[in-house]
Amino acid sequence: MIRDYFRVLTVDLSTGRGRIEEIDGRTACAGGSGLAALLFSKTGLFDRTWDDPGQPLIFAIGPLTGYFPLMSKVVCAFKSPYHDQYAESHGGGRAALSLRFADLDALVITGKARRPSCLVVGSRTLEVKDVHYLWGKSVQRTGRILRRMVGGSGHRSILRIGPAGENLSAMACINVDTYRHFGRLGGGGVMGAKNLKAIVIVGDGSFDLPAGKEYSPLFQKIYGQVTETSMMDKYHNLGTPINVAVLNGIQALPCRNLQATSDPAIDGITGETFAERTLLRNTACAGCPVGCIHLGFVREKFGEPHEYLYRQVTYDHEPIFAMGAMLGVLDASQVLILLEIAEKMGLDVMSAGVALAWATEAFEKGLLSEEETLTPLKFGDAGAYGLAVKHLGEGANDFYRLLAQGTLKAAAKYGGTDFACVLGQEMGGYATGEVFFVSQALGLRHSHLDAGGYSYDQKQKGKDVAQAVEFLVQDEKARVLLTSMVSCLFAREVYKETVLADCLNAVGYRDLAQNTGDLARRIQKMRWQIRLKTGFDPGSVQIPERFKQVVTWKGPLDTEYLDSLQKAYTQQIREMGKSDESGS
Amino acid sequence: MKMLSTPRMERCIGCHSCSLACARLVHKRLSWDTAGIRIRSTGGLSTGFEAKPCLACDPAPCAAACPTGAYSQRKDGGVVVKKKLCIRCGACSRACPVDAIYLDPSGEPFVCIHCGRCVEFCPHDCLEMVEAPAPRAVDADRREARP
Repeated sequence: MIRDYFRVLTVDLSTGRGRIEEIDGRTACAGGSGLAALLFSKTGLFDRTWDDPGQPLIFAIGPLTGYFPLMSKVVCAFKSPYHDQYAESHGGGRAALSLRFADLDALVITGKARRPSCLVVGSRTLEVKDVHYLWGKSVQRTGRILRRMVGGSGHRSILRIGPAGENLSAMACINVDTYRHFGRLGGGGVMGAKNLKAIVIVGDGSFDLPAGKEYSPLFQKIYGQVTETSMMDKYHNLGTPINVAVLNGIQALPCRNLQATSDPAIDGITGETFAERTLLRNTACAGCPVGCIHLGFVREKFGEPHEYLYRQVTYDHEPIFAMGAMLGVLDASQVLILLEIAEKMGLDVMSAGVALAWATEAFEKGLLSEEETLTPLKFGDAGAYGLAVKHLGEGANDFYRLLAQGTLKAAAKYGGTDFACVLGQEMGGYATGEVFFVSQALGLRHSHLDAGGYSYDQKQKGKDVAQAVEFLVQDEKARVLLTSMVSCLFAREVYKETVLADCLNAVGYRDLAQNTGDLARRIQKMRWQIRLKTGFDPGSVQIPERFKQVVTWKGPLDTEYLDSLQKAYTQQIREMGKSDESGS
Repeated sequence: MKMLSTPRMERCIGCHSCSLACARLVHKRLSWDTAGIRIRSTGGLSTGFEAKPCLACDPAPCAAACPTGAYSQRKDGGVVVKKKLCIRCGACSRACPVDAIYLDPSGEPFVCIHCGRCVEFCPHDCLEMVEAPAPRAVDADRREARP
């Protein structure tokens, strides 16, 4: 629906009631990342902790959601259990189109339900259901039961948490429609703190097409680009796991808790191996014809003589890095089994894998004993990791409960800070060098996707600090524009700024289209202002020693360059986060 | 006349591009509901997807049920729709044996008119326009084979 304001549903779980508000700010904030920041600035409790019942959990879509291909993501914003600061996490599945067709630009959830609950919203629905019987259930089982309880099959999105979220883990994700996630920074813990087991968004509305003749031909043109050219081949074909062999080949794949940057036995978990041995089929987020979601299968024998079961598990580069290379598990089927356990628990697989890699090295060094880990941890021992992932999700003892709050928190107690692979949060799957490490360590989401530092490391040979920092700032700005629309970042080569302006014009957002550069800059600044106001001090970020020992195809990491980058980017972030003249 | 068929749904990735194209190009709507083809999972996303298209009945129960002539029999199967004649009674939807007619909240029915506009938007070639099968012999004329 094209409108010059935001239509936002705010639900208070403590009363079970909601209200629809029309909120100004479309031209200044667009939607997605910008809208989430606007709503957090209005409803976030800056001086209270993340688990205060009054804190908002925000889901926002953008002005192009559903109108063009790959405009298929949702921005989730909250005060994070991981660092008690403002956080964004992005997810796909059917959530974006479901919100669009529920006629909501954003859903804001406040309060804490008295009993474990499921929130159901739609264009003509608002209900808070008591689902105490789902508490403790896995992500998959919860999804299966909810599918029977709520109508709208095919045109609804089911967001839910597993035991990790219920246990307030800072590594708990929000699962979206089985195969997608709001993965990072503990959104699942926020739902757990609200006694909110699940959210079902029923997309049961529809709208007139934009007036004017530009829309359908422009849709057709973009649709042709994403389906008939090679622009998106990488994502559909082998998918992001193509990176595993590439990074391994240039000594930039974090292996065994980043003790190495390549592994001679990597063939067992490359994208090619996953495709040849495990790929069952591809699937897609609603509104995206690319189909980048790769589903692998594992056949397991559970009894004699011929008793088998099979599992379907989604895989990508990051999960394979975290539960494979980082743990020394170099068999595709074993990786899928570990991923499935993490999925059941509702854990962010990246954080969980990297945390357990640290725990393994700490165990080897004698900083941890079996009293803490409950099972002896050893790189490559997939069986032990299966148990450990479960312990982490369930919070089996004091050690796992602390580890679930972040690797550095556990390292502060048990030792091993120097080899904790944490860059703001547990690292992404790129050991490409200085720019990436600084990008993730200081990035607003501490995500490998905040800016293309991994790409800069691979393409640029020089060590010009100013140039690198300018790249990070400008690339973040370009990505913020995309995540305010809300586009999948895989479409960033398609949706250049001029194309986005054309799209905005075609659907009737002519004011937004006029100056996308200023819009992006403003939203980028807004997000940093909020992040800093919730306590982030970029100057206090420590990049652990392990990163400084990394050797890539370029040779040993240049610590002077790293330090200079960190200082310069810190200064830029402080500049961006300064309050403007209006005092916002 | 040709009809829309869905012969390769096992390839479907659930992108809903077909539904969105039908709504956009045929019905001038932004929707995944107000379309002649709609996609749902076959029991959770782990089991793949199915389409809910019109199967081009001949005779079409929906046309027979329509009290105003808004739906009339299409040659070789399916219906010809004249929206101006529709009184939103929903009889067509109730009569459809395969739940292929969507009623929007105002009661307006949406059904596939076998125009094929959706086909080119399927990235996995799940859909195809095919000639309607030859009419079957009338039962009375059929000779029963006996052992």
